[in-house]
Amino acid sequence: MMGLGKYAEAVIGSYAASVALIVALVALSIWKGARVKKALTEVEARQGKTNV
Amino acid sequence: MSIWEYANPKRFMQTSSLLLPWVTGAAVVCLVVGLVWGAFFTPEADKFGSTVKIIYLHVPAAMMAISAWMMMLVTSLIWLVRRHHVSALSAKAAAPIGLTFTLIGLVTGAIWGQPMWGTWWAWDPRLTSFLILALFYLGYIALWEAVEDRDTAADLTSVLCIVGSVFAFLSRYAVLFWNQGLHQGASLSLDQKEHVADVYSSPLYVCIAGFVLLFVTLVLLRTRTEIRARRLSALLTRERLA
Repeated sequence: MMGLGKYAEAVIGSYAASVALIVALVALSIWKGARVKKALTEVEARQGKTNV
Repeated sequence: MSIWEYANPKRFMQTSSLLLPWVTGAAVVCLVVGLVWGAFFTPEADKFGSTVKIIYLHVPAAMMAISAWMMMLVTSLIWLVRRHHVSALSAKAAAPIGLTFTLIGLVTGAIWGQPMWGTWWAWDPRLTSFLILALFYLGYIALWEAVEDRDTAADLTSVLCIVGSVFAFLSRYAVLFWNQGLHQGASLSLDQKEHVADVYSSPLYVCIAGFVLLFVTLVLLRTRTEIRARRLSALLTRERLA
């Protein structure tokens, strides 16, 4: 970033913390979604049901 | 066609699978454009120096933290009145997103407050009500996990959501109720004295659109997961009973 002066730490810290929180939320949402989808597919295949 | 057709899980899954790629793409574009524009192509402010660039995260996150709870309130009321499972599951899906936005609001506010006010935290009406909102989010998520019967959990969390709405409203309007505290008034206001300058507000609107679209993306994604988890649970129960 250009010309942040004496507040560089505050600005960069805010962006880093926010991006870390958003990335963690997105990653957890995708991971949980994939895990549940896989488990459901296995159970549906075992029981001969249609996938949702 | 009635809006209640989307309360059908199968219909919701079909519609959300069509919407998700478009909403995700729009969210990424708005967030990247808004944040790069705000961080790299806006000048320092007289009063705030370069910390004004924190506004592009702090304001949209705080707005969405409150809006997420309001969305949960509406879907919780729909659950209590009409007993549509998709509405209860979408409220459950929205809670961790709202909590994350609340944490971003609190963290960026503290980091911004330190150089401007000389303190990381003050028991200011808006800050305090926002902290209580974060605790309500934690309680809401914990209650969903603590109650085994899903319908009972949906009932109890809906009531908690109604109670917590008081603090969501207070987070937004505390400055108007109590004329005290460190936090300034609304950044985006019809009052030109309070409204931020156009050079800052244009990228801010793009960031707000990005946060709204990110919220919609994640709610759709997580609601789809909750619908699948509910079906998985029902199939496993049936298997155990057979």
